[in-house]
Amino acid sequence: MMQDSPPLIALQGITRVYGQGEAEVRALDGVDLTIRTGEFVAIMGPSGSGKSTALNVIGCLDPPTSGRYLFNGVDVAGLDRDQRALLRRHYLGFVFQGFNLLPRATALENVELPLIYKGLSRAERHDRAMRALDQVGLSGRSHHDPSELSGGQQQRVAIARALAGAPDLILADEPTGNLDTHRSVEIMELLGQLRAKGGLTIVMVTHEDDMAAYADRIIWMVDGRIARDTPTARGKSHAG
Amino acid sequence: MLVETIRLALRAIARNVMRSILTVLGVVIGVAAVIAMVTVGQGSSEQVTRDVAKLGTNVLMIRPGQNTMGPRSSVTSERPFDLGDVAQIIRDLPQVETASAAESRQMVAVFGNINHRTTVQGVGNAYLVATDWPVILGRSFLAGEEQAGRAVCILGQTVRETFFGAANPVGEKIRLKTMSCEVIGVLDSKGASSFGTDQDDTVMIPVRTFQRRIAGSTAVNMIYVAVREDVPTDLARSAIETLLRDMRRIDPGEEDDFNVIDMKQLATMLTGITDVLTGLLAAVAAVSLLVGGIGIMNIMLVSVTERTHEIGIRLAVGAQARQVLAQFLVEAIVLSLMGGILGIVLGLSLAAAAARFMAIPYTPDPLVVIGAFAFSAMVGVVFGYLPARRAARLNPIDALRHQ
Repeated sequence: MMQDSPPLIALQGITRVYGQGEAEVRALDGVDLTIRTGEFVAIMGPSGSGKSTALNVIGCLDPPTSGRYLFNGVDVAGLDRDQRALLRRHYLGFVFQGFNLLPRATALENVELPLIYKGLSRAERHDRAMRALDQVGLSGRSHHDPSELSGGQQQRVAIARALAGAPDLILADEPTGNLDTHRSVEIMELLGQLRAKGGLTIVMVTHEDDMAAYADRIIWMVDGRIARDTPTARGKSHAG
Repeated sequence: MLVETIRLALRAIARNVMRSILTVLGVVIGVAAVIAMVTVGQGSSEQVTRDVAKLGTNVLMIRPGQNTMGPRSSVTSERPFDLGDVAQIIRDLPQVETASAAESRQMVAVFGNINHRTTVQGVGNAYLVATDWPVILGRSFLAGEEQAGRAVCILGQTVRETFFGAANPVGEKIRLKTMSCEVIGVLDSKGASSFGTDQDDTVMIPVRTFQRRIAGSTAVNMIYVAVREDVPTDLARSAIETLLRDMRRIDPGEEDDFNVIDMKQLATMLTGITDVLTGLLAAVAAVSLLVGGIGIMNIMLVSVTERTHEIGIRLAVGAQARQVLAQFLVEAIVLSLMGGILGIVLGLSLAAAAARFMAIPYTPDPLVVIGAFAFSAMVGVVFGYLPARRAARLNPIDALRHQ
């Protein structure tokens, strides 16, 4: 049954080395990790443990130095830059700690951005972007610039941008890192709802236990390796 | 997809108003400066050529004394000519169409209660032929008036306007010194000479009248010679020199005590000077083009950080490097085109205004327009595109981290 289809993500002995010689840093040092469709995984660990690098490798933003990475059974190492861009375009959505919105574009234009590269018509782009903004409760702010929105709202625009392309996987790098507790809880509940509705897979890097608690599985990283891989209370209840 | 890319570029330009203006400004100033300066320079050059053509290119001027352009030798005696010399030149030299003495003096002319300081010239009708200067109202001198040295005059346009406005002056009398002088004609307007003097500010009287009533001598200090169209001026010139040396009994080996000026040579010299000036203007303009180019470059490089981050975002959401580059390239081209067209319009307008103000011909050179435009556009495109290309080759995550 489930075991027959390949896992969404399979990392096998992934390493990522920065610099050379004396200055060499092994940000990832032989990571094996499997994530199945529909999972909500939190990656935790101290600073410099490689958790963000792991996320960037999974997101094809940063190529691994060695190891195998299968996405939906496809070996990503065999893809060139343009093919990796296509993979991001059609399967992935990103939410960053610093939001990474285009500063001189409206919320709507920011959400439309991935749809432009999907080659959708203007009308279709507009519809889908407005629907995504509606999902995050910001349809009333579609013509505001990021500078006119609060941090929480900006992050919701970023989530709408990630959702608009109808991805299989959302990668979130400390999505609540720049937000106060109240806004953080809102964002986490939003992510939880989105996953519950649409079979989305979410991989999130965080250093806050409260936020990690929304996931069903926590991966602890230390020095570029996975130290622990445990289900949360929520994950256990899902399984049960 | 191209339409979409152009739309995106226009949006980006509109969204980054300040950066767009600064970039465009560099192109505008560079293109406008070069076009304006070179066009004005070429206009001045053209003006000089036309001025000299107005003097008549087949005209030789003969003056007593050695060529003042060279060092003077001790043997100069500055023997003036007389009207007999003029008559002999016309009679003896088949190369000569006609010739006229041309004496001149600054003096006050009076009409009613108006005093006007002007140039009074003693000439023959032949002078008006040689300088191609028609009488447009009234008539020129009669042979009898020239022979007898009658008190008649032909007015230049400036003098006519000063004394009579638009009214017909023919038959009126003006006073030069103590001489009362009947106006028989009005000359066509000739405009300013290349030296800036108003050629229309003149009163012409027969040369004999000038000699008797104004100069009080029979000396002739300037002879205008019109060479026949089919004769090269060099040939006419040497014929005149041979004749004059013979007439003035100058021994072989001795230097001429007169000099012959070829208007064509003068024209060449003056055109040479204005060409140098045009070159200087062009050099100044080239510097401003360069400065404009550096301006464009700076703005583009300064915005690289911001743009690198933007490129990172675009790559993260699935843009391929070439899509990002196409967008940046189109943006740079659109900006450069806008700046270039603005610069051409501004440059040509400036040149046209300057041409009108300086009363020189307006002669835009398409080559200069295209050249200035191509340079600025190239700078804009290269410096808009190269940093973007570098950014698009980064790993998406490195471009994203570029804050």
